[in-house]
Amino acid sequence: MNGFHFLTIWLRNFRVWRKYILSSLIGNLGQPLLFLLAMGYGLGRDIKIIEGLSYLQFIAPGLVASAVMYSAAFETTYGSYTRLSIQKTYEAILITPLGVTDLVLGEIVWAASKGVLAGIIMLAMLPLFGVWPSLWTVALLPVLFLSGLFFAAFGLIMTALATNYDFFNYFTSLVITPLFLFSGIFFSLKTMAPKARLFFELLPLTPTVNLARMFCYGQFQGPWLLQIGGSLLLTSITVWLAIVLLRRRLIQ
Amino acid sequence: MTEAMSVITPLSSELASSGNGPIVAVTDLVKYFGDRCAVDHISFAIQPGECLGFLGPNGAGKTTPINILLGLVRKTSGQINLLGREVPKHHRQVKRWIGVVPQADSLDPDLTVAENLLTYAGYFNIPRKIALAKTEELLHFFALSNRCDEIIEHLSGGQRRRLLLARALINDPQLLILDEPTIGLDPQARHLMWERLEILRQRGTTMLLTSHYLDEVARLSNRVLIMDLGRIVAEGEPQQLIKDMVGLEVFEVEGSAPELDNLAESFKECNAVIERVNDKLYVYTKEDCAHLERLLAKTRNWLRRPANLEDLFIKLTGRTLRES
Repeated sequence: MNGFHFLTIWLRNFRVWRKYILSSLIGNLGQPLLFLLAMGYGLGRDIKIIEGLSYLQFIAPGLVASAVMYSAAFETTYGSYTRLSIQKTYEAILITPLGVTDLVLGEIVWAASKGVLAGIIMLAMLPLFGVWPSLWTVALLPVLFLSGLFFAAFGLIMTALATNYDFFNYFTSLVITPLFLFSGIFFSLKTMAPKARLFFELLPLTPTVNLARMFCYGQFQGPWLLQIGGSLLLTSITVWLAIVLLRRRLIQ
Repeated sequence: MTEAMSVITPLSSELASSGNGPIVAVTDLVKYFGDRCAVDHISFAIQPGECLGFLGPNGAGKTTPINILLGLVRKTSGQINLLGREVPKHHRQVKRWIGVVPQADSLDPDLTVAENLLTYAGYFNIPRKIALAKTEELLHFFALSNRCDEIIEHLSGGQRRRLLLARALINDPQLLILDEPTIGLDPQARHLMWERLEILRQRGTTMLLTSHYLDEVARLSNRVLIMDLGRIVAEGEPQQLIKDMVGLEVFEVEGSAPELDNLAESFKECNAVIERVNDKLYVYTKEDCAHLERLLAKTRNWLRRPANLEDLFIKLTGRTLRES
């Protein structure tokens, strides 16, 4: 099966990850869980009802989506850059029958898998906070995977452009953190002025946050199919760009 | 140890090598990086069972042709045929049968010795059962069996290099490419590496070797290709090349400037090439010369030795440092 060669790279990353499970999970889950506690539980007691949900209920699904983003994006920036530069893993892989496309797919699918795992663990912990996701949540997993693919590809593009680790500060400060704050995780976009709302709705994490909230509570409203379609298109373009840029970086 | 190797079962040869044709055939290869010409119209071939050595100073263009063969660098122009197939068109199929020991250590530091080999076997789609057997055999052959579950970080430089060579053999390659295989090793580790490489050569493994160590190339290659500034400046069987281009023997004489001037003058009668480097005189003789030996009898500081690849190398590429 020619098309599945990239799974051997997935397997390589899995083998390494298995040795560092604990630190990896704490790194990826620490922040969203702490936000859930501080904002949802701490701040949430003073906030009444938002979009028909308690504040804790309101932010929980979005934080799940953010856990996927953080986990996937960090894997293909700091993780992938280490493999590219210090460890020369990519060089070792490219002297085998595998090509740049296999390499990119392997890295991205791996990072997205890690992202979904972080999402699943977050979801599984929600009942501890008194938030009970609906059965629809199972159908959310492919959506989270898609979002993981997008952020993994985005991160890999950064890696293809990076000259050192400091370069990722731009990515974290100018992309990841703003997305975390402005994708409708912490406040409702529905009550905003239409122009501002459109801007926030178009941010790449927003559809995932919206979908996560819908699936979590089984309340479908708004153009959810359009949001899935849009994410699919955006992800495909980003993955393609990651392949092009990494090829340019690796093959002179 | 030879026995260990002979039991290694060759993987099914879906790509029956190019019959009697060359394993590598490169014609008129050119590579420019921007304005800089790294490979300047080179052509060469490697026949089955042959070990071709690439020699040249830093920046001579030894690694670039190899990277082009492997698809890590795009050629500007020229034809390349590997195992009877045109590349880059058929790279995926062809690379299935190539093993590479890269210059830089690219072992997976987080994985163990055995995991490194098994993971690599995965990239070649080698079935797990065969990969396990192969891993065991290779670790035994390279005296690494007792380090099997060790993390790479804990290995010595020599052990890492042997593991890199083992990794290059996991797919039972028809062509083994060695880019500075013993770089940075102590003499003991180098000799162990050479021993293994000699066994592989005797088994008929086709090899392409680059090295700075001229004794390494002289020992392992049956043909060398001397490169400088992206071009091939000499090609042939090492001993023959040395004889033709340098001579039979080298006399190295030390002394004061007037002393050396006098000697240089009187050596002109001999069939020899004379070179003066600072306070040293090098005489490369083409035949035995009684006259020269007579003259030297009066001088104390001199050394007589057979001409070697290093002399040839210096003759062809000069004594200037290449550090750009």
